[in-house]
Amino acid sequence: MSLNVPTMAEMTAKGESPEILFWVGCSGSFDDRAKKITKALVKILNKCEVKFAVLGAEESCSGDPAKRAGNEFTFQMQAMMNIQVLEGYDVKKIVTACPHCFNTLKNEYPELGGNYEVIHHTQMIQELINQGKISIKDGGTYKGKKITFHDPCYLGRANDVYEAPRSLIESLDAELVEMKRCKTKGLCCGAGGAQMFKESENGNKEVNIERTEDALETQAEVIATGCPFCNTMMTDGLKNFNKENEIEVLDVAELIANAADL
Amino acid sequence: MISNILFAVLLVGSMSFFIWNILKIRSNIRLGRDLDRSDRKSERLKTMLLVALGQKKMFTRPIPALLHLMIYSAFILTQIELIEIFVDGLSGSHRIFRPDLGGLYTFIISFIEILSVLAFIATLIFLSRRNLIKVPRLNMKEMKGWPKMDGNMILFMELILIIFILTMNGADEAMHLQEYGSSYGFTISSLIGPIFEGMDLSTLHTLERVGWWGHIIMVFTFINYLPYSKHLHIFLAFPNTYYSNLEKKGRFTNMESVTTEVKLMMDPEADPYAAPQEGVTEPQRFGAKDVTDLTWKNLMDSYSCTECGRCTSSCPANVTGKLLSPRKIMMDTRDRLVEVGENKRKHGADHDDGKSLLGDYIKEEELWACTSCNACVQECPVNIDPLAIIIDLRRYLVMEESKIPTELAGMLTNIENNGAPWQFSPADRLNWANEEG
Repeated sequence: MSLNVPTMAEMTAKGESPEILFWVGCSGSFDDRAKKITKALVKILNKCEVKFAVLGAEESCSGDPAKRAGNEFTFQMQAMMNIQVLEGYDVKKIVTACPHCFNTLKNEYPELGGNYEVIHHTQMIQELINQGKISIKDGGTYKGKKITFHDPCYLGRANDVYEAPRSLIESLDAELVEMKRCKTKGLCCGAGGAQMFKESENGNKEVNIERTEDALETQAEVIATGCPFCNTMMTDGLKNFNKENEIEVLDVAELIANAADL
Repeated sequence: MISNILFAVLLVGSMSFFIWNILKIRSNIRLGRDLDRSDRKSERLKTMLLVALGQKKMFTRPIPALLHLMIYSAFILTQIELIEIFVDGLSGSHRIFRPDLGGLYTFIISFIEILSVLAFIATLIFLSRRNLIKVPRLNMKEMKGWPKMDGNMILFMELILIIFILTMNGADEAMHLQEYGSSYGFTISSLIGPIFEGMDLSTLHTLERVGWWGHIIMVFTFINYLPYSKHLHIFLAFPNTYYSNLEKKGRFTNMESVTTEVKLMMDPEADPYAAPQEGVTEPQRFGAKDVTDLTWKNLMDSYSCTECGRCTSSCPANVTGKLLSPRKIMMDTRDRLVEVGENKRKHGADHDDGKSLLGDYIKEEELWACTSCNACVQECPVNIDPLAIIIDLRRYLVMEESKIPTELAGMLTNIENNGAPWQFSPADRLNWANEEG
């Protein structure tokens, strides 16, 4: 099935406007693993006939890593350029699969003049399920499987979203097993605050190894996440324990898309 | 009469010294940059009542929370008895409220006595957690030396305080038994009283006075020790939670000075040579190098920290052996602020000792270990925000000194050149839509 991914420019040319803009983010656009998450979300949006569009080449980094790294200039340059583009298309509502973009667009753009309703893709999928637009028959492939959810810091603590991803996992008829550190006490994967783009400082362990141990303790068969960076970190963590063939790291959107046979 | 005067002198003296120290702390906090937290008053009040008075965040760790609650409630309720002690001390009366309150008085004193015993037990457990069991978060690097002694001294003072108060009530009970043949009926001291059986009245009276004076002198010592210790949280927890950051934790502050410059850069009609507008103040340093570059709330945070280490024990960088400890960030900020404040008072407001928070206290390596995960902010029982300080110090490093790890410099260049942290062409952003798989 080919994906239907209209751009804002195409839609506008046709005199149409989407219900919602899908902000793909750099990771979702360029990282090979994250692109699969992007596609899973698009499959869900297509299946539910959501009228959405992407910015395509007009999208640019939200500025999150620059801001966390302490470079407010680069952040604000990015933010203002993006706000101009979003304003040009009169965007009101945005969905994104990246908690970092989500946080930045939702919380940090308003002070620079960009006011949108921003939702995380897990919140949107939850809404689509509640509306009955997508259904999973008998829980699909994940029925009865042990799944643990790793809370992305910028979704959980930063924005208090804990339930949407969990309710999606429960909709799979899977057994949601929590790690000893979860929700408000969830341990970071090690990628935030621009750490993704640098070597870690000297210590006795990598953060993602510590977190992977938490996940392994649960005996889960799937580690679910809601962030492309967490996904990378947990996948690398599993490789460290040679568990990459036994345990899968999947985004919640992928779980739903797989279970619904999309 | 002499004892009344002595008491009044001690009272006035110790209160004055305490107020003098508190004013010093207040003026130190005011060295920070402006920040408006005068909005959303009812929400602030609610936060204060829940977090400070109600100790909501303590209960994520139930055992220390329960022990802390014993000491906290004993401390709060003993203040009722302290009012009587003050009145008795000044007027020479003895248990002045007893005749009027009757049964209620017996109830209140009994209640306070029970809480005091619970607090005594809790304090002993706290001492053993620090010194025998050696709970990891209470025995980390930054706790060596003075911080360790500070923590223990406060606990010892509490023990002595309770011993004195129970000696006072116990001896008083024994006297009452001898003089009137009946008990006061206070729950704990009616058990202690019989221990003093056989002592004559004058010995008992002396013992009661030793207890009374010992207790009140400990109270005066304790209150004046507070400004020199980490224990100020018993007061500052209230304003510190009232002035909490009420925004989502993920929202970092916007730097308005940068906004102005970025807007100028992006406005094709802007005149780069235009004279600054009237009323525009001298631009501040970007980010923070020293404590005076931080906001007053960051500084209040530092004085509110009681060094419990919940932040550090939940910090992903710290638990994996990195140099960063959010608690140390707060302790360094406070210690440097005390130093800056003293310098300003001794040598004038413009004095520069050539030192700074960044560099002399906090190392770059600590700052670059932070993942900005907000675990420290989440954990703090009095809503301290170490992350805000870390980010402001990073901002100074990056924007004023261009000191940044090489890989991050590359990441920033990529964002500036091609709109992504990696080297991909913006034209390829939508390639995924046409790729297989």
